[in-house]
Amino acid sequence: MNARERQSAPAAQFGQRAAAAVADAHLRKSFRGAMDFLIARRAAQFPDAGALERQRALAEQIRQYSLARLPDLLEQLERKLTENGIRVHWAEDAGEANAIIVGIARRHAAKRVVKGKSMVSEEVGLNHALEAAGIEALESDMGEYIVQLDGEKPSHIIMPAIHKTKEQIARLFAEKVPGARYTESVDELIGIGRAVLREKFMRAEIGLSGVNFAVAETGTLCLVENEGNGRMCTTVPEVHIAITGIEKVVEKLEHVPPLFGLLTRSATGQATTTYLNLISGPRKPGEKDGRNAELDGPKEVHLVLVDNGRTQAYADRQLRATLQCIRCGACMNHCPVYTRIGGHAYGTTYPGPIGEIVSPHLIGLAATHALPTASTLCGACGEVCPVKIPIPDLLIRLRGEAQHDARPGHAPLVGQGAARSALMDFVWAGWAALYTRPALYRAFAWLATRFRALTPPVQPGWTASRTPLKPAARTLREQLLERGERN
Amino acid sequence: MSARDHILRRLRSAPQTDAPQAPDARAFHAAERARQPVEDRAARIARFCEKMAFWHGEVVKVTRRNWIGKVRELCAAKGVATLLYGARTAHGKELAAAGVAGLAPYERPIEEWKQALFENIDAGITSTRGGIAETGTLIVWPDASEPRLMSLVPPIHFALLDAGQLYDTLLDAMFDQRWSGADGNPLPANALLVSGPSKTADIQVTLAYGAHGPKELIVLLLVDEEELR
Repeated sequence: MNARERQSAPAAQFGQRAAAAVADAHLRKSFRGAMDFLIARRAAQFPDAGALERQRALAEQIRQYSLARLPDLLEQLERKLTENGIRVHWAEDAGEANAIIVGIARRHAAKRVVKGKSMVSEEVGLNHALEAAGIEALESDMGEYIVQLDGEKPSHIIMPAIHKTKEQIARLFAEKVPGARYTESVDELIGIGRAVLREKFMRAEIGLSGVNFAVAETGTLCLVENEGNGRMCTTVPEVHIAITGIEKVVEKLEHVPPLFGLLTRSATGQATTTYLNLISGPRKPGEKDGRNAELDGPKEVHLVLVDNGRTQAYADRQLRATLQCIRCGACMNHCPVYTRIGGHAYGTTYPGPIGEIVSPHLIGLAATHALPTASTLCGACGEVCPVKIPIPDLLIRLRGEAQHDARPGHAPLVGQGAARSALMDFVWAGWAALYTRPALYRAFAWLATRFRALTPPVQPGWTASRTPLKPAARTLREQLLERGERN
Repeated sequence: MSARDHILRRLRSAPQTDAPQAPDARAFHAAERARQPVEDRAARIARFCEKMAFWHGEVVKVTRRNWIGKVRELCAAKGVATLLYGARTAHGKELAAAGVAGLAPYERPIEEWKQALFENIDAGITSTRGGIAETGTLIVWPDASEPRLMSLVPPIHFALLDAGQLYDTLLDAMFDQRWSGADGNPLPANALLVSGPSKTADIQVTLAYGAHGPKELIVLLLVDEEELR
């Protein structure tokens, strides 16, 4: 089963899952508390609104410039990485990405892959592919480890286990980790995870990671993290495989600090993370006689560049802005819908506002057309986005694309017009007929007001949470005429 | 055609946008700096100490004269029985010459002693290429004589930082040390920025230290005698 099939079914039942999440008081409390905390932390990092706007403008410029030159930069990146001894692979879709990674693992007869945080690996369903090939895939980010231990998926891109309380995690560890006793102390729980995972770092033949920024001029992969598991995965095993979307490249090393500074402050309200890990090559063999040989680090480093629908977004001038994203998660933290339904309800790898605009390209509109409607269009996501993606505009655009054929001059998206129905087309045709023919409109309005008593008390889709719609006793036109006569 | 060719062809056939001007991080940085008062060495040291303390990093001011004594004191206080060090570095030679107890040189490829590194080493001591005052950050460039895992696997990381190599911001360090390699040292295979001991807030957004890497980071900040106060 490829990633598209696996995810299309859950995304289709968005409504039911959202309703269930809204009814879950525990879940709502977890998310409300965590999101309020993250919102306050981010705000504290940006005390000067003017400075923030200048930084966002620069970050937007860096991302737009990088995207405008994307094919050239990817080629430059490939050239520099190759010079540095890093092997570059290209994957058009999830299946190809998985096949490349499974192939590398098989070549090394690897039994264990230890994983640092990588949303792209979730996106392509890498863990399933590895397990199907008889290779253990273990998540090592604490949140990801917890979620994987419980057979779940992350509910937030930065804080994967945000939906769980420490009591739930305490029960989970006591039940699933051999030798672990029940404890609600967060320090002790982290200690349990540390002990288990250190053992895994030591034994795994392959370490896998994502990439936050790839620098074309120096051939450098930048990884941002707090825990140190990313450094473990990219340093201890003999082979390191990095996987990333093709959009993550920037031209120059000096473009990284402005994006890095906004990423950490927007994501968790930190001025910086514990580690910024810059990888520009495998372990150096040193001179011929072995002098100055590096003693650790992977002997092989691979980068897998994944398209998986990104070129579809790229092909459209407006939708291309989707690819500016640096995956900070601020849009989710500030989204009133995400805060109420949590990350799992979306049924996609990337939840929240960014997920609503990126998922249609990854898995098609047929499976995701409900997601762009999961927004009040309040604009908070666009306002906090550090790279100024106009998320509300893109949501409106995708809502439209799900309802009609591609407009002239635009290539159809995968799943173009998927939300279209004969009934809806009929209703809109009728609406257009009424509003373009004054006599017909007046006749309809007269009938609607005179027979208002016949309005049904149950109006599906509307009265579930609202009072029934009922026309007024007289049309607006009649009321205005009456008022004119009175004065 | 390969996946690579397909992807590049799709990207190249996409409609061109008006390419924005090349971003000039250097000019932006200079303009931002001009808005703020210039900090002197003392202010930079104070800011670095404050920020590093915020990340739960411990800063100990030392001098060229007393730093080895401080290492001894700290090791004794923290119960460090084995201290991993780079025997070929200048500071490593000083430590060995002073006869610091428990010194363990990192001299064999990791494959030959992985388990011992994970289980038997209490602390590691490394140099740094400088620090960043704005964020309380160390610049660590591992190499053949001070390998990558020295600052990651042992539960305690001691880092030597010369106060003369403190920069205000990351961009200042990058520009001054010419990291992009055009006319300076190209980046090593692995370069690191380190701000405090490893940490996580993945359980109920409660901060815990010592997630996977060091539980403690101790910065030995080399200052002049009169700056010891």
